[in-house]
Amino acid sequence: METTYWQRLTKDINKHKGLMALAFPGLLFVLVFYYLPIFGLVLAFKNYNYSDGILGSPWSGFDNFKFFFTSDAAYQVTRNTILLNLCFIVLSTILSVVFAILMFELGRKSVKVYQTAMFFPYFLSWVVVSYVTYALLNPEMGVINMLLESFGMDEINFYFEPKYWPFILSFAYLWKSIGYALLIYYTGLMGIDRTYYEAAAIDGATRLQQVRKITLPLLTPLITLLTLLAIGKIFYSDFGLFYFIPANSGALYGTTEVIDTYVFRALRVSGDIGMASAVGLYQSLVGFVLVLTVNAIVRRINKDNAIF
Amino acid sequence: MPTTSSKLSAGRLAAHLVFILFSAFCVLPFLYVISISFSSERDVALEGFKLIPKNVTLFAYKYLFASPTSLLQAYGVTILVTVAGTALSLLLTAKLAYALSRKDFRFKNLFSFLVFFTLLFNGGLVPWYIMITKYLQLNDTLLALILPYVILPWHVLLMKGFLADIPPELIESAKIDGAGEWSAFYTIILPISKPALATVGLFIAFVYWNDWWLGMLFIDKGSLTPLQYLLYRIMNNITYLTSAVRAGNVSIDTSQFPNESARMAMAILACGPMLLAFPFFQKYFIKGLTVGAVKG
Repeated sequence: METTYWQRLTKDINKHKGLMALAFPGLLFVLVFYYLPIFGLVLAFKNYNYSDGILGSPWSGFDNFKFFFTSDAAYQVTRNTILLNLCFIVLSTILSVVFAILMFELGRKSVKVYQTAMFFPYFLSWVVVSYVTYALLNPEMGVINMLLESFGMDEINFYFEPKYWPFILSFAYLWKSIGYALLIYYTGLMGIDRTYYEAAAIDGATRLQQVRKITLPLLTPLITLLTLLAIGKIFYSDFGLFYFIPANSGALYGTTEVIDTYVFRALRVSGDIGMASAVGLYQSLVGFVLVLTVNAIVRRINKDNAIF
Repeated sequence: MPTTSSKLSAGRLAAHLVFILFSAFCVLPFLYVISISFSSERDVALEGFKLIPKNVTLFAYKYLFASPTSLLQAYGVTILVTVAGTALSLLLTAKLAYALSRKDFRFKNLFSFLVFFTLLFNGGLVPWYIMITKYLQLNDTLLALILPYVILPWHVLLMKGFLADIPPELIESAKIDGAGEWSAFYTIILPISKPALATVGLFIAFVYWNDWWLGMLFIDKGSLTPLQYLLYRIMNNITYLTSAVRAGNVSIDTSQFPNESARMAMAILACGPMLLAFPFFQKYFIKGLTVGAVKG
């Protein structure tokens, strides 16, 4: 049996060598930049030093994990990551679905300008956005503080007040991404068969009834899918948002530090490579389990919507 | 669209109002940045950031161009990386996606799995960083700004969505003419896929142009600093500019030093080309999104 399998394989390879050659350079990049680092995860169990490299450095068992999980940081960054991402998912989904439905109701031509205006921030990098938030939040000259002052209120030194940051980060996130998110839902709505609405109108359904009985039910699979996908990625965060917008202010770490920025700082600032990879492995594994769980849930609800 | 009655009802008016307000919310903050960049430092210090500058001045821009070395270098690096990176990435992405889009390809499932599994699980930042710096020795080279983004799974997925529409008969007819896969790809597939290449190419160019991550991780050398990372460093430390001015032997009265306005002018210069290309980009993004949403 085995020989015939190998014979068939060799024959297939021969027959498809043209396509394999086309795929090969791209695949090589995938192997080098995505698969080789996976072996580097052994670093989480090592006491890394540069000269010995990944393989030569001495083993350290679970010390790196112990160090991280017994520190306050473990709870803090996990909580920040999950709560802030949950907040983003809820706000972004509600707002973009409502906006998409409203745009759909208004008609394609009249909403073009709005779409452009809302999509615009998506094209700015987080570094540029950090300049925008700086212009708004600067303690002496910032737009918000000027406003507060004109109402006779005290200035707020935002870059030293952690309590405001869950809101600021949510605002910044929505500001940059809402145009993109609503376009996805809007595109989904464009695919709805128009005869549903014609039939409903003949039966005397009002616009609000049409939205509730036709638009929303037809949009639900897409909402479910995108929400579950976002939950699957809840352990990962948009690094630029959490790193640039708080302007690297140490006073704000309590509410702005997430797993990704924590790993980055452990790697580049404190140079604790073993611990940084332990946290990275924690993130990768929990993230993977979450994606699998979410996919299993999607599969149970509707097999066609499952990712794999 | 639902049965459209274009008469203005109260509901439509309210919806328009919501959108006008929200559009303002999206655009206004950036208009502040533009305004500050055209304000004089004294006005800013006295009156704070204003939506309309009291006195319009180009001082901040003149100041930046008085010693443009680091700025021009950063532009050069970013343009080079964007052009070279996009060309390489687009070609390899198209080849890989084409092989994956062929239903008769024996290893289609295996290769697809290899590419898309990376979206679910990866080694994380640290091993990736050590591999690039220690084993590939790419730090402080232009390659460090290009190679890590050559194949991004999402771009492969997008391209595959486009190429899956090529009728198999076309490929069959090429094969009858005796063309191998390789020459069929270059002479038939690439020329008829121009819209797909343009769309995915813009996505890729957008990634390279707006990137600060690779610069932040791998570049210490001033002459290789890409634009976005330079912008971050200026935000982090305005003295960076001061030292650049001193090195350029430009005599400027430091009390007039355009601190805030120069920062904002720098931000405008850094996203300049992106702002000009934005309307063009938007059209292709929506097209890419449609393909991604339908097929992804």
